[in-house]
Amino acid sequence: MLITAFNWIVNNQPEFLRALGQHLVMSGVSLVFALAIGLPLAVLIINRGGLAFAVINSINALRTIPSLAILAIMMPLLGIGLWPSIVALTVLALPPILLNAFIGLRDVDPDAVEAAIGMGMSRGQVLRKIRIPLAAPAMFAGARTAAVQVLAGATLAPFIGGGGLGDFIAVGISMMDMSRLLVGAIPIAILALATEFTLGLAEKIFFAERTSA
Amino acid sequence: MNWAPKNIPEILTATWQHLVLSVSSVLIGLVIALILGIICARRPRFYAVVLTITGIIFVIPSLALFALLIPWLGLGTKPALVGLSSYCLLILLRNVVTGLRGVPADVLDAADGMGYSAWQRLVRIELPLALPLIVSGIRIALVTVIGIATVAAFIDGGGLGTIILMGIDQSYTEKILVGGILTALMATFFDLVLSQAEKALVRWR
Repeated sequence: MLITAFNWIVNNQPEFLRALGQHLVMSGVSLVFALAIGLPLAVLIINRGGLAFAVINSINALRTIPSLAILAIMMPLLGIGLWPSIVALTVLALPPILLNAFIGLRDVDPDAVEAAIGMGMSRGQVLRKIRIPLAAPAMFAGARTAAVQVLAGATLAPFIGGGGLGDFIAVGISMMDMSRLLVGAIPIAILALATEFTLGLAEKIFFAERTSA
Repeated sequence: MNWAPKNIPEILTATWQHLVLSVSSVLIGLVIALILGIICARRPRFYAVVLTITGIIFVIPSLALFALLIPWLGLGTKPALVGLSSYCLLILLRNVVTGLRGVPADVLDAADGMGYSAWQRLVRIELPLALPLIVSGIRIALVTVIGIATVAAFIDGGGLGTIILMGIDQSYTEKILVGGILTALMATFFDLVLSQAEKALVRWR
C-alpha cells in the first residue's frame, strides 16, 4: 500500500506538487494575514481594559466553533475556492496568536515596567521598548501553535473547493482507495510534524538565553 | 429557518451521537492516560518517551490521522473513537502526571508511616489529591474532542459534523449554522460545568 502510494506520487508528480503548493500557499498566506491582524490588535488593546475584555471574550467564543464549521460557513459568504479557505484559515489562526501575544504583553515583569516608567519613559515607549521585546517569546509560541492549526485546517479545505493535500484524502475515501488516502495523509502528517519540530527548535535557539536568565 | 424546526429528531440524533462519541473517546483516553500516568509519574525517562509519542499524535491533523486509521479499521465509529481518544492522550497524560507529582513528599511519608500499601496510598491519597488537575485535563480534552469530532462525520463516524457536511454538499447555510452552533454550545457547556467542578474540588480539598 505504501509502495503503491509512493509510486502514485512519482507517476503523478505535477498533480502532487500542485496540491502540495496549494497547501503551503494557503497555510502560509493565512498565517501571515493572522499575524498581521493579531499582533497589532494585541498591542492596540493591551492598554484599553474595556476593549480588551470584549476582544478576548469574542476570541474565546470563536475558539469553540469547530474548524469544519468555520470553513463551511465561508462557502455561502464567499463562494468556493482558494480565497474562502484562506479567510477561514486566517480566522482559525487568529485566536492562538492574539491570546498568546496579549498574555505575553500583559504579564511582562512589573518590575521592568516600573523601572522603565521610573526612567521617564512614556506609555508608548514602555510598550515599544519593554513590553513588546519581552513578550516576543510568547508571540512566537502563539505563531507556532497557529501554524500547526492552520496546516490541520488546510486539510479540510477540499470540502469547500480549496484544494491542497486534503484532496487526496477526500478522493481516497470516496473511492475507498487506500493508497490514495496515504498520498494525502502521510505528507500532511510529515508537514505538520516538521513545522512543529522546526519552530520548536527555532524557539529554543532564539529565546534560549532569555528563558534561562 | 425552514429546515431545523421540521427536523428536530434528526438534529437530536446527531447531537446525541456527537455527545456519545466525544464522551466515550475522552473516557477511553482517560483510562489509558491514568494507567500510563501512574507508571510515568515515577519514571521520568519512560515519561519522556510516552510524551514524545503522544505529542506526535497530537500534532497530526485530525483528518490525516483518521485517514491513516482507515486501512486498518475501515470507516465508521471505530476509527473515529480510536482517533479521538488518541488525540486526548497528550492533554490527559500531562495533567495526570503533573497532578500525581504535585502530591507533597510529606504527605506520602505520612501515608507510608501509617502503614498504607502502595496501592492504598495511590487510591486514597495520591489520586484524590491529583483530582482537580485530572478534571482540568478532562475539561480541555473534552472541549478539544467535541470540536474535532465534527471531522469524524467524513469517515462515517456520525455526529453533528454530518449536518455540517450536508450543508456544504447542498449549499444549505442553515444546516452549516445549526451543526456549527450546536457543536460550539456543547463545548461551551462542558467547559463551564467542568470548570465549576474543578473549583468545587479545589475548595473541598
